[in-house]
Amino acid sequence: MLLETLAAPVAATGMFTLAWTMIAVPAVMAGLLLLAGKLSDRWGHLAATAAVVWSFAIAVCLFAEQMMRPASERAVSAHLYTWLGVGHWTFEVGLLVDQLSILFALLITGVGSLIHIYSIGYMAHDARRRRFFAYLNLFIAAMLILVLADNYLVLFVGWEGVGLASYLLISFWQHKPSAAAAGTKAFVMNRVGDLGLLMAISTMLAMFGSSSFEAVNAGAAHVPPLWATLIGFFLLLAACGKSAQVPLQAWLLDAMEGPTPVSALIHAATMVTAGVYLVVRSHAIFEMAPIAQAAVVIVGTVTLLAGAWIGTSQDDIKKVLAGSTMSQIGYMMLAAGIGPAGYAFAIFHLLTHGFFKANMFLGAGSIMHGMNDDVNMRHFGGLASAMRVTFLTFSMGYLAIIGFPFFAGYFSKDHIIEAAFANNVVIGLCALLGAGITAFYMTRLMLMTFFGEKRWRQGVHPHESPKAMTVPLIILAVFSVGAGLLMNWWIQTWLEPAVGNHAHDISLIPTPVGWATLLVVAAGVAASWMVFGRGSIPDVAPATKNPVTIAGRNVLFGDQVNGFLFTHPTVATAKAIDTADVSLIDRSFDGAGRAFQGLSTQLRRLQTGYTRNYALTMLLGVLVVGAVLILSQLG
Amino acid sequence: MTFPWLTFLGLLPIIGGLLLFLPMGKGAARTLGLVFSVATLAVGVAVAVMRGSGVDLSVTVPWIRAFGAWWALGVDGMGLAMILLTVVLTPLVLLAEWEPPAGRWSAQTFFALVLILEGLALFVFTSTDVLLFYLFFEATLIPTYFLIVGFGGERRGYAALKFLLFSLAGGLIMLASVVGLFAVSASQGMPSYLIGDLASLRIDGDLGRWLMLGFLIAFIIKAPMVPLHTWLPDTAAASTPGTATLLVGILDKIGTFGMIRFCLGLFPEASVWVAPFMMVFAVISILWGALAAIGSTNMMRLVAYTSVSHFGFMVLGIYAFTTTSQTGSIFYMLNHGFSTAALFLVVGFLAKRRGSYDINAYGGVQKVAPVTAGVMLLAGLSALSLPGMATFVSEFLVIAGTWARNPIVTAFALIGVVLAAVYVLAVLYQRTMTGPVTEQTQKAFEGRDLTGIEKAVMVPIIAMLLFFGFVPQPAVSMVETTAKATMEYVGVTDPAPVVKGAK
Repeated sequence: MLLETLAAPVAATGMFTLAWTMIAVPAVMAGLLLLAGKLSDRWGHLAATAAVVWSFAIAVCLFAEQMMRPASERAVSAHLYTWLGVGHWTFEVGLLVDQLSILFALLITGVGSLIHIYSIGYMAHDARRRRFFAYLNLFIAAMLILVLADNYLVLFVGWEGVGLASYLLISFWQHKPSAAAAGTKAFVMNRVGDLGLLMAISTMLAMFGSSSFEAVNAGAAHVPPLWATLIGFFLLLAACGKSAQVPLQAWLLDAMEGPTPVSALIHAATMVTAGVYLVVRSHAIFEMAPIAQAAVVIVGTVTLLAGAWIGTSQDDIKKVLAGSTMSQIGYMMLAAGIGPAGYAFAIFHLLTHGFFKANMFLGAGSIMHGMNDDVNMRHFGGLASAMRVTFLTFSMGYLAIIGFPFFAGYFSKDHIIEAAFANNVVIGLCALLGAGITAFYMTRLMLMTFFGEKRWRQGVHPHESPKAMTVPLIILAVFSVGAGLLMNWWIQTWLEPAVGNHAHDISLIPTPVGWATLLVVAAGVAASWMVFGRGSIPDVAPATKNPVTIAGRNVLFGDQVNGFLFTHPTVATAKAIDTADVSLIDRSFDGAGRAFQGLSTQLRRLQTGYTRNYALTMLLGVLVVGAVLILSQLG
Repeated sequence: MTFPWLTFLGLLPIIGGLLLFLPMGKGAARTLGLVFSVATLAVGVAVAVMRGSGVDLSVTVPWIRAFGAWWALGVDGMGLAMILLTVVLTPLVLLAEWEPPAGRWSAQTFFALVLILEGLALFVFTSTDVLLFYLFFEATLIPTYFLIVGFGGERRGYAALKFLLFSLAGGLIMLASVVGLFAVSASQGMPSYLIGDLASLRIDGDLGRWLMLGFLIAFIIKAPMVPLHTWLPDTAAASTPGTATLLVGILDKIGTFGMIRFCLGLFPEASVWVAPFMMVFAVISILWGALAAIGSTNMMRLVAYTSVSHFGFMVLGIYAFTTTSQTGSIFYMLNHGFSTAALFLVVGFLAKRRGSYDINAYGGVQKVAPVTAGVMLLAGLSALSLPGMATFVSEFLVIAGTWARNPIVTAFALIGVVLAAVYVLAVLYQRTMTGPVTEQTQKAFEGRDLTGIEKAVMVPIIAMLLFFGFVPQPAVSMVETTAKATMEYVGVTDPAPVVKGAK
């Protein structure tokens, strides 16, 4: 029924034949900058920025061309080459530019361009700036492979590619042990998720003999239910790793060790939302696997609360935003798990979140720029007057994320909460509660950073950032305000051919759930003002016995749980195995040698003895052969 | 009669190696050695081209009629892959060991032994006569032994002996089977050691199982699988990086090579019978090797253990009996050669400067020697099979192919993929390259990033890994022929897609 409505993609013509350059230009530029070394130090950042602007320009043209086409011809596939064929399986490399992937391409290259420009200012004084831009380009290329691939295996190439770029950028300042460790942690935890994708692809190949979206969509209805459910869980595991969803969430807060533009681009706007993309892209499988769908909803709900919880008790401005990212992606996952009613809302929230969260992360970077790279909000205060542009743009992001009427998040998040209520009241209440907590912690962040007394450290003289940094902020602020209004009446219809959802009536006048959300948000803001807006902020986090606060400050003990369950046992086993190899297995062989060949005495003697030993054995061998041959001749 | 290209291919480096024992200056010796290895490379490429254009290169000349032994050489897809691996790696190893460690035997001897070893290895990969294979298999031990004893580090005597004893033990067991094969063949009339003749006998039943096990145990030791692997880390740690590269990158491949050519190729029924056990052993090797690598502090041991893990993947793919997994395994044999060479050699470059294989002796190298760090990262990414690297393609083919046969075993094997990320990034790279620059690192690496020769060694290896990562089809098509022929001979078919009518 639903599946038949999915139009087959048409072959690429015109501009679409250039789609591959969106990936190739930044990829080649990354390689060039890394290979050219110091030669490209002076212009590397400009060339890298030009590369991503090129990709953006192509994306805009493709989008425009899609808009002009009838809905049935908007999905375009561009076959590039045959990667390999073996046995009955053929793995093609091809791109699918459809209604879903073009939105991602626009977000990645659009926000990506702004963040490249911002980084020109932000990284101006870093000795390894060229390398930074090369990695950023590498990320853009990998992320575009991820969203533009027309099959799961090529998607996986992008999937691990962004993992590599993320690793390189988190540990960009790798002389800091904490940064190096954070990068490694992110990569390893992501790899756990990658296993899920590998298993999903392997299962698809076993089921359909192909991992192309087309074959999987067409065959999904005929998969045995158990396998459909398993594929769903495998994909969910992958999504949890990449999107920092519980239980694979622990890497995201550490990832804030990376330079702030990285946090904005990779760990807020684009890469971490790949899990949502994966679930929506695989909707045909999930619709055959209600249990897996329910699991997606639960994971999303748990994470949206967990992230918000973490956000309430961190003092590091970037970590508050990171918790908030987890939480917002939880909303998207929740929506994606609901089914056809939620897909478009998941993507809608993903896009608006991309704008307002990138806006706020870059704002945080601007603040750090003015505060000598301090991230502790207890050392901020009263920055509203010192950094006007940053304050104003950040405020737009703030209003958008809490869902202030008519700002971007208002539309996208409200839809999800409503859809959640329609799905299950408990889930709906959790989503509603999350909105309240979001308002609470974001108001706390605003109050501690921009208002109240100045708690600046000595020698800190906040100043507004250069134009290269404020202009991207202003553009992102405009989208934080208007992106919701812009897409609210459009996105469902647009995405329908790609994800097969059914458009609802959308009105501006809030529904009962909408009114409730507004009330809860207002309560969250008010509560936050009561706690943080009236008194002074203590210089260090006050000691507390409140278990809720303690858990929040310790990031819900994610590291401790992982350590207890995985890291320590792995390290202990590795040590034990190393010991076993030397003392157990080796000793027994050495012992056997001693018993049968007097090995230990040989060992202490001259080396030449061994060669004799060898020659002797060879001779014995020859004699045995000879004897057998002669015997067989006689017989 | 056409020119015996395969005989020439193997003899050329052996002649070069013997020439190098003549007295001559150090410079001349090294140049001559390099010339011979490059000439062998050229002949190897020529062989590949000729085979590609359909020339029959096989040689079958009666040798010892009473034994049914032939001077028989031939080349199939897998053999060609191994030939190319050998002829490409040898000149690179010679370049990397341009200055062998002082205080040991001379560079001239090193070059001579490497060339002789190359020639013997080439004969191993081209022999199509079981006895001939056996003789060359044993003969490779001699130069390897001297390469370890003459040029290795601490405990080289112990390591060399251990290597020899393990290999000899395997060899003796195999010898029993080789003799047994003669008996079987002779009982059928004319004795013949030709693989083709033996294969047509289809030796099944108990006899087939016993004879197969003789070969298999030798190959398990060679391709080291847990628990017969402990000689490898000791030997690698006591060898020079170049020797370790040849040993692990090329010679250990005889193990997996032999499993396909002799175990599967002569004893189809027995191989199917043993497959479930081998798959379990393979998974144990994958996990054991990976965990041991995580626990290692000596970088040479670490790299050796990663190989134990990777050999596990190759064996898993072979005994999963699908065209995809076996193709993946053979392709893995090729890629692993390059990948492990990259790791061993870059570890060698580090040790040459710092004088230690201990991971904890390093720290912060990235800041002082960024090119070295970059090369190590690339080598590491190849070891953890990142997409874009050739190793990913082969590992994926093994995984996906095996999954279609047995998802549960594959799921356990997949844990090795996560562990690979740990040993490469958390252990090898993070501890040596990142963090603050230590005083010793500063002293050892300041102004001493990779030299021109070292770059010349690493660039082709990494280029090859990247090229086959993006364009694997030529290599895959080459080795797929062997997988298909093996599958057909054994009589196993690929699992069909579960969903009917799917394309």
